[in-house]
Amino acid sequence: MSEKTSGKTTGKQNERGPLFMPLILVGGLIFGFGLGFSQMAKPEVVLQFLQFDDFGLLFVMGGAAVVTGTTFAVATRLSGNAPLTGKAYTRRLKSFDKNVLVGGGIFGIGWGISGICPGAAYASVGLGNYLILFGIGGMFLGAYLQGLWRKHRTDATSPTTSAD
Amino acid sequence: MALSLLQSALMPALTFAELFPNGVSHYAIGGVFIGLGVAVIYLGTGIIAGASTFLETTLSYVSGVPRFQKGKYVASRDWRVVFTLGIIGGAAIYQVIFHGEIWTTDVEWWRLLSGGVLVGIGTRIGKGCTSGHGVCGVGSASFTSIVNVATFMTVAIGTAQLIQAMGMGISP
Repeated sequence: MSEKTSGKTTGKQNERGPLFMPLILVGGLIFGFGLGFSQMAKPEVVLQFLQFDDFGLLFVMGGAAVVTGTTFAVATRLSGNAPLTGKAYTRRLKSFDKNVLVGGGIFGIGWGISGICPGAAYASVGLGNYLILFGIGGMFLGAYLQGLWRKHRTDATSPTTSAD
Repeated sequence: MALSLLQSALMPALTFAELFPNGVSHYAIGGVFIGLGVAVIYLGTGIIAGASTFLETTLSYVSGVPRFQKGKYVASRDWRVVFTLGIIGGAAIYQVIFHGEIWTTDVEWWRLLSGGVLVGIGTRIGKGCTSGHGVCGVGSASFTSIVNVATFMTVAIGTAQLIQAMGMGISP
Protein backbone atom coordinates (compact mmCIF):
# COMPACT_ATOMS: atom_id res chain seq x y z
CA MET A 1 0.00 0.00 0.00
CA SER A 2 3.01 2.25 -0.04
CA GLU A 3 3.62 2.59 -3.73
CA LYS A 4 5.42 5.82 -4.39
CA THR A 5 4.39 8.24 -7.07
CA SER A 6 6.65 7.60 -10.00
CA GLY A 7 7.64 9.65 -13.01
CA LYS A 8 10.02 12.13 -11.41
CA THR A 9 12.09 13.76 -14.11
CA THR A 10 15.78 13.13 -13.71
CA GLY A 11 16.81 16.05 -15.89
CA LYS A 12 15.52 19.47 -16.81
CA GLN A 13 12.36 19.93 -18.84
CA ASN A 14 14.19 21.60 -21.71
CA GLU A 15 16.29 18.51 -22.38
CA ARG A 16 13.59 17.43 -24.84
CA GLY A 17 14.96 16.51 -28.25
CA PRO A 18 13.51 17.98 -31.46
CA LEU A 19 11.57 14.78 -32.12
CA PHE A 20 9.70 15.01 -28.79
CA MET A 21 6.48 16.60 -30.06
CA PRO A 22 6.37 14.63 -33.35
CA LEU A 23 6.69 11.39 -31.36
CA ILE A 24 3.93 12.43 -28.96
CA LEU A 25 1.73 13.18 -31.98
CA VAL A 26 2.48 9.79 -33.58
CA GLY A 27 1.76 8.02 -30.28
CA GLY A 28 -1.52 9.92 -29.99
CA LEU A 29 -2.49 9.01 -33.56
CA ILE A 30 -1.91 5.29 -32.90
CA PHE A 31 -3.76 5.52 -29.55
CA GLY A 32 -6.72 7.30 -31.17
CA PHE A 33 -6.79 4.90 -34.12
CA GLY A 34 -6.99 2.07 -31.58
CA LEU A 35 -9.87 3.73 -29.74
CA GLY A 36 -11.69 4.09 -33.05
CA PHE A 37 -10.92 0.56 -34.26
CA SER A 38 -11.91 -0.99 -30.91
CA GLN A 39 -15.28 0.85 -31.02
CA MET A 40 -14.58 2.19 -27.54
CA ALA A 41 -14.99 5.73 -28.87
CA LYS A 42 -18.72 4.94 -29.10
CA PRO A 43 -20.54 5.40 -25.77
CA GLU A 44 -23.16 2.86 -26.91
CA VAL A 45 -20.56 0.10 -27.08
CA VAL A 46 -19.28 0.90 -23.58
CA LEU A 47 -22.83 0.93 -22.19
CA GLN A 48 -23.59 -2.40 -23.89
CA PHE A 49 -20.57 -3.83 -22.10
CA LEU A 50 -21.70 -2.45 -18.74
CA GLN A 51 -25.20 -3.85 -19.37
CA PHE A 52 -23.66 -7.28 -20.10
CA ASP A 53 -24.84 -7.27 -23.73
CA ASP A 54 -21.32 -7.57 -25.15
CA PHE A 55 -18.20 -8.42 -23.16
CA GLY A 56 -15.82 -7.47 -25.97
CA LEU A 57 -14.50 -4.45 -24.10
CA LEU A 58 -12.55 -6.77 -21.83
CA PHE A 59 -10.39 -7.53 -24.87
CA VAL A 60 -9.73 -3.83 -25.47
CA MET A 61 -8.34 -3.18 -22.00
CA GLY A 62 -6.71 -6.61 -21.91
CA GLY A 63 -5.03 -6.23 -25.30
CA ALA A 64 -3.78 -2.77 -24.39
CA ALA A 65 -2.53 -3.77 -20.93
CA VAL A 66 -0.62 -6.76 -22.35
CA VAL A 67 1.25 -4.46 -24.75
CA THR A 68 2.00 -1.79 -22.14
CA GLY A 69 2.84 -4.41 -19.49
CA THR A 70 5.36 -6.11 -21.79
CA THR A 71 6.85 -2.77 -22.83
CA PHE A 72 7.22 -1.52 -19.24
CA ALA A 73 8.64 -4.85 -18.03
CA VAL A 74 11.30 -4.92 -20.76
CA ALA A 75 12.18 -1.22 -20.65
CA THR A 76 12.59 -1.02 -16.86
CA ARG A 77 15.19 -3.79 -17.12
CA LEU A 78 17.25 -1.76 -19.59
CA SER A 79 20.07 0.32 -18.20
CA GLY A 80 19.56 3.28 -20.52
CA ASN A 81 17.22 6.26 -20.32
CA ALA A 82 14.62 7.45 -22.82
CA PRO A 83 16.41 8.97 -25.86
CA LEU A 84 14.26 12.10 -26.25
CA THR A 85 14.14 13.26 -22.63
CA GLY A 86 16.82 11.42 -20.66
CA LYS A 87 14.07 10.25 -18.31
CA ALA A 88 14.53 6.91 -16.56
CA TYR A 89 12.09 4.15 -17.49
CA THR A 90 9.72 3.59 -14.56
CA ARG A 91 6.40 1.87 -13.98
CA ARG A 92 3.18 3.77 -13.32
CA LEU A 93 2.79 3.48 -9.57
CA LYS A 94 0.58 5.86 -7.63
CA SER A 95 0.16 5.96 -3.88
CA PHE A 96 -2.89 4.26 -2.44
CA ASP A 97 -5.35 6.08 -0.20
CA LYS A 98 -9.11 6.38 0.16
CA ASN A 99 -9.25 8.89 -2.71
CA VAL A 100 -8.47 6.01 -5.07
CA LEU A 101 -11.73 4.38 -3.97
CA VAL A 102 -13.81 7.57 -3.75
CA GLY A 103 -12.57 8.82 -7.12
CA GLY A 104 -13.00 5.41 -8.72
CA GLY A 105 -16.57 5.26 -7.39
CA ILE A 106 -17.50 8.71 -8.71
CA PHE A 107 -15.84 7.92 -12.03
CA GLY A 108 -17.77 4.64 -12.15
CA ILE A 109 -21.14 6.36 -11.71
CA GLY A 110 -20.29 8.85 -14.46
CA TRP A 111 -19.02 6.10 -16.77
CA GLY A 112 -22.15 4.04 -16.10
CA ILE A 113 -24.46 6.97 -16.88
CA SER A 114 -22.72 8.19 -20.02
CA GLY A 115 -20.43 5.46 -21.38
CA ILE A 116 -17.66 8.01 -21.82
CA CYS A 117 -14.15 8.30 -20.39
CA PRO A 118 -11.54 10.94 -21.28
CA GLY A 119 -9.44 9.23 -24.00
CA ALA A 120 -12.42 7.63 -25.69
CA ALA A 121 -14.31 10.95 -25.64
CA TYR A 122 -11.47 12.78 -27.45
CA ALA A 123 -11.37 9.96 -30.00
CA SER A 124 -15.14 10.26 -30.45
CA VAL A 125 -14.61 13.81 -31.72
CA GLY A 126 -12.47 12.26 -34.45
CA LEU A 127 -15.42 10.10 -35.54
CA GLY A 128 -17.30 13.34 -36.17
CA ASN A 129 -19.41 12.86 -33.05
CA TYR A 130 -19.96 16.51 -32.19
CA LEU A 131 -22.54 15.56 -29.55
CA ILE A 132 -19.68 14.20 -27.41
CA LEU A 133 -18.73 17.85 -26.75
CA PHE A 134 -21.47 17.80 -24.09
CA GLY A 135 -19.47 15.05 -22.38
CA ILE A 136 -16.07 16.70 -22.80
CA GLY A 137 -17.51 20.01 -21.57
CA GLY A 138 -18.84 18.12 -18.56
CA MET A 139 -15.42 16.61 -17.87
CA PHE A 140 -13.74 20.01 -17.93
CA LEU A 141 -16.45 21.33 -15.60
CA GLY A 142 -15.93 18.38 -13.24
CA ALA A 143 -12.15 18.75 -13.21
CA TYR A 144 -12.56 22.49 -12.59
CA LEU A 145 -15.03 21.96 -9.72
CA GLN A 146 -12.64 19.46 -8.16
CA GLY A 147 -9.78 21.97 -8.41
CA LEU A 148 -11.92 24.68 -6.83
CA TRP A 149 -13.03 22.36 -4.06
CA ARG A 150 -9.43 21.40 -3.31
CA LYS A 151 -8.42 25.06 -3.16
CA HIS A 152 -11.32 25.79 -0.83
CA ARG A 153 -10.45 22.87 1.41
CA THR A 154 -6.75 23.76 1.47
CA ASP A 155 -7.50 27.39 2.30
CA ALA A 156 -9.94 26.39 5.03
CA THR A 157 -7.86 23.76 6.80
CA SER A 158 -4.17 24.56 6.52
CA PRO A 159 -3.14 27.61 4.53
CA THR A 160 0.53 26.92 5.18
CA THR A 161 0.71 23.45 3.66
CA SER A 162 0.33 23.10 -0.08
CA ALA A 163 -1.96 20.56 -1.68
CA ASP A 164 -0.32 17.24 -2.58
CA MET B 1 -26.77 -39.48 -30.00
CA ALA B 2 -25.44 -37.58 -32.96
CA LEU B 3 -27.67 -34.70 -32.00
CA SER B 4 -26.37 -34.49 -28.44
CA LEU B 5 -22.79 -34.67 -29.73
CA LEU B 6 -23.55 -31.85 -32.11
CA GLN B 7 -25.17 -29.93 -29.29
CA SER B 8 -22.23 -30.30 -26.95
CA ALA B 9 -19.90 -29.23 -29.75
CA LEU B 10 -22.03 -26.19 -30.48
CA MET B 11 -22.71 -25.14 -26.92
CA PRO B 12 -19.41 -23.32 -26.34
CA ALA B 13 -19.82 -21.56 -29.67
CA LEU B 14 -23.33 -20.44 -28.75
CA THR B 15 -22.17 -19.22 -25.38
CA PHE B 16 -19.29 -17.40 -27.01
CA ALA B 17 -21.68 -15.78 -29.49
CA GLU B 18 -23.89 -14.68 -26.63
CA LEU B 19 -21.00 -13.17 -24.72
CA PHE B 20 -19.44 -11.59 -27.79
CA PRO B 21 -22.19 -10.93 -30.34
CA ASN B 22 -19.83 -8.75 -32.36
CA GLY B 23 -16.80 -11.05 -32.13
CA VAL B 24 -13.60 -10.17 -30.35
CA SER B 25 -11.03 -9.47 -33.07
CA HIS B 26 -11.67 -5.75 -33.57
CA TYR B 27 -11.76 -5.26 -29.81
CA ALA B 28 -8.44 -7.03 -29.30
CA ILE B 29 -6.74 -5.42 -32.32
CA GLY B 30 -7.96 -1.98 -31.26
CA GLY B 31 -6.67 -2.64 -27.75
CA VAL B 32 -3.25 -3.57 -29.10
CA PHE B 33 -3.13 -0.26 -31.01
CA ILE B 34 -4.06 1.63 -27.84
CA GLY B 35 -1.21 -0.13 -26.03
CA LEU B 36 1.19 0.57 -28.91
CA GLY B 37 0.40 4.28 -28.78
CA VAL B 38 1.35 4.35 -25.10
CA ALA B 39 4.44 2.19 -25.78
CA VAL B 40 5.77 4.43 -28.57
CA ILE B 41 5.61 7.52 -26.35
CA TYR B 42 7.05 5.64 -23.37
CA LEU B 43 10.01 4.18 -25.25
CA GLY B 44 10.88 7.54 -26.80
CA THR B 45 10.35 9.77 -23.78
CA GLY B 46 9.92 7.69 -20.62
CA ILE B 47 6.51 9.37 -20.19
CA ILE B 48 3.52 7.20 -19.30
CA ALA B 49 0.70 8.99 -21.09
CA GLY B 50 -2.77 8.92 -19.54
CA ALA B 51 -5.64 10.80 -21.12
CA SER B 52 -7.37 12.50 -18.19
CA THR B 53 -4.59 14.85 -16.98
CA PHE B 54 -5.22 16.78 -20.22
CA LEU B 55 -8.30 18.20 -18.49
CA GLU B 56 -6.64 19.95 -15.57
CA THR B 57 -3.41 20.85 -17.37
CA THR B 58 -5.46 22.53 -20.10
CA LEU B 59 -7.37 24.45 -17.41
CA SER B 60 -4.01 25.94 -16.37
CA TYR B 61 -4.08 28.03 -19.57
CA VAL B 62 -7.21 29.84 -18.41
CA SER B 63 -7.54 29.42 -14.62
CA GLY B 64 -5.40 30.73 -11.81
CA VAL B 65 -6.68 28.11 -9.36
CA PRO B 66 -3.51 26.76 -7.71
CA ARG B 67 -4.50 23.16 -8.35
CA PHE B 68 -4.01 23.73 -12.06
CA GLN B 69 -0.91 25.90 -11.81
CA LYS B 70 1.28 23.22 -10.27
CA GLY B 71 4.68 23.14 -11.93
CA LYS B 72 4.39 19.62 -13.28
CA TYR B 73 1.05 20.43 -14.90
CA VAL B 74 2.24 23.62 -16.56
CA ALA B 75 5.37 21.79 -17.75
CA SER B 76 3.38 18.98 -19.39
CA ARG B 77 0.38 20.85 -20.77
CA ASP B 78 1.84 21.49 -24.23
CA TRP B 79 2.57 17.87 -25.05
CA ARG B 80 -0.79 16.81 -23.56
CA VAL B 81 -2.55 19.08 -26.06
CA VAL B 82 -0.51 17.51 -28.88
CA PHE B 83 -1.31 14.02 -27.55
CA THR B 84 -5.03 14.80 -27.47
CA LEU B 85 -4.98 16.27 -30.98
CA GLY B 86 -3.24 13.05 -32.03
CA ILE B 87 -6.02 10.96 -30.44
CA ILE B 88 -8.68 12.93 -32.32
CA GLY B 89 -6.67 12.64 -35.56
CA GLY B 90 -6.08 8.90 -35.15
CA ALA B 91 -9.77 8.23 -34.65
CA ALA B 92 -10.56 10.46 -37.65
CA ILE B 93 -8.14 8.42 -39.79
CA TYR B 94 -9.93 5.24 -38.69
CA GLN B 95 -13.33 6.72 -39.49
CA VAL B 96 -12.29 8.00 -42.93
CA ILE B 97 -10.62 4.71 -43.92
CA PHE B 98 -13.32 2.35 -42.68
CA HIS B 99 -16.53 4.36 -42.94
CA GLY B 100 -16.02 7.55 -44.91
CA GLU B 101 -18.77 9.45 -43.09
CA ILE B 102 -19.23 10.93 -39.65
CA TRP B 103 -20.76 8.96 -36.80
CA THR B 104 -22.83 10.49 -34.00
CA THR B 105 -24.04 8.99 -30.75
CA ASP B 106 -27.62 8.19 -29.77
CA VAL B 107 -26.84 8.63 -26.07
CA GLU B 108 -28.81 11.64 -24.80
CA TRP B 109 -26.99 14.95 -24.26
CA TRP B 110 -27.94 15.11 -20.59
CA ARG B 111 -26.40 11.71 -19.95
CA LEU B 112 -23.18 12.79 -21.69
CA LEU B 113 -23.08 16.04 -19.73
CA SER B 114 -23.92 14.73 -16.26
CA GLY B 115 -21.79 11.61 -16.72
CA GLY B 116 -18.95 13.80 -18.00
CA VAL B 117 -19.02 15.99 -14.89
CA LEU B 118 -18.77 12.94 -12.63
CA VAL B 119 -16.02 11.43 -14.79
CA GLY B 120 -14.11 14.72 -14.60
CA ILE B 121 -14.38 14.83 -10.80
CA GLY B 122 -13.73 11.12 -10.36
CA THR B 123 -10.58 10.83 -12.46
CA ARG B 124 -9.02 13.77 -10.67
CA ILE B 125 -9.81 12.51 -7.17
CA GLY B 126 -8.96 8.94 -8.09
CA LYS B 127 -5.60 9.78 -9.75
CA GLY B 128 -6.42 8.45 -13.19
CA CYS B 129 -8.89 7.09 -15.72
CA THR B 130 -9.46 4.07 -17.92
CA SER B 131 -6.21 4.67 -19.82
CA GLY B 132 -4.10 5.86 -16.87
CA HIS B 133 -5.16 3.21 -14.36
CA GLY B 134 -6.83 0.69 -16.66
CA VAL B 135 -4.10 0.39 -19.27
CA CYS B 136 -0.89 1.95 -17.92
CA GLY B 137 -1.43 1.19 -14.22
CA VAL B 138 -2.65 -2.35 -14.77
CA GLY B 139 0.25 -2.81 -17.24
CA SER B 140 2.51 -1.71 -14.38
CA ALA B 141 0.92 -4.30 -12.07
CA SER B 142 0.13 -1.41 -9.69
CA PHE B 143 -1.95 -2.36 -6.67
CA THR B 144 -3.46 1.13 -6.58
CA SER B 145 -4.55 0.93 -10.21
CA ILE B 146 -5.98 -2.58 -9.94
CA VAL B 147 -8.10 -1.49 -6.96
CA ASN B 148 -9.22 1.65 -8.80
CA VAL B 149 -10.21 -0.34 -11.90
CA ALA B 150 -12.08 -2.93 -9.82
CA THR B 151 -13.91 -0.08 -8.06
CA PHE B 152 -14.97 1.86 -11.14
CA MET B 153 -15.87 -1.30 -13.08
CA THR B 154 -18.12 -2.54 -10.29
CA VAL B 155 -19.80 0.83 -9.74
CA ALA B 156 -20.20 1.48 -13.47
CA ILE B 157 -21.78 -1.93 -14.06
CA GLY B 158 -24.15 -1.36 -11.13
CA THR B 159 -25.07 2.12 -12.42
CA ALA B 160 -25.67 0.97 -16.00
CA GLN B 161 -27.72 -2.05 -14.85
CA LEU B 162 -29.82 0.20 -12.62
CA ILE B 163 -30.49 2.62 -15.48
CA GLN B 164 -31.37 -0.34 -17.70
CA ALA B 165 -33.75 -1.68 -15.04
CA MET B 166 -35.42 1.75 -15.04
CA GLY B 167 -36.11 1.25 -18.75
CA MET B 168 -33.46 3.66 -20.04
CA GLY B 169 -30.91 1.13 -21.24
CA ILE B 170 -29.14 1.35 -24.57
CA SER B 171 -30.35 -1.40 -26.91
CA PRO B 172 -27.81 -2.96 -29.26
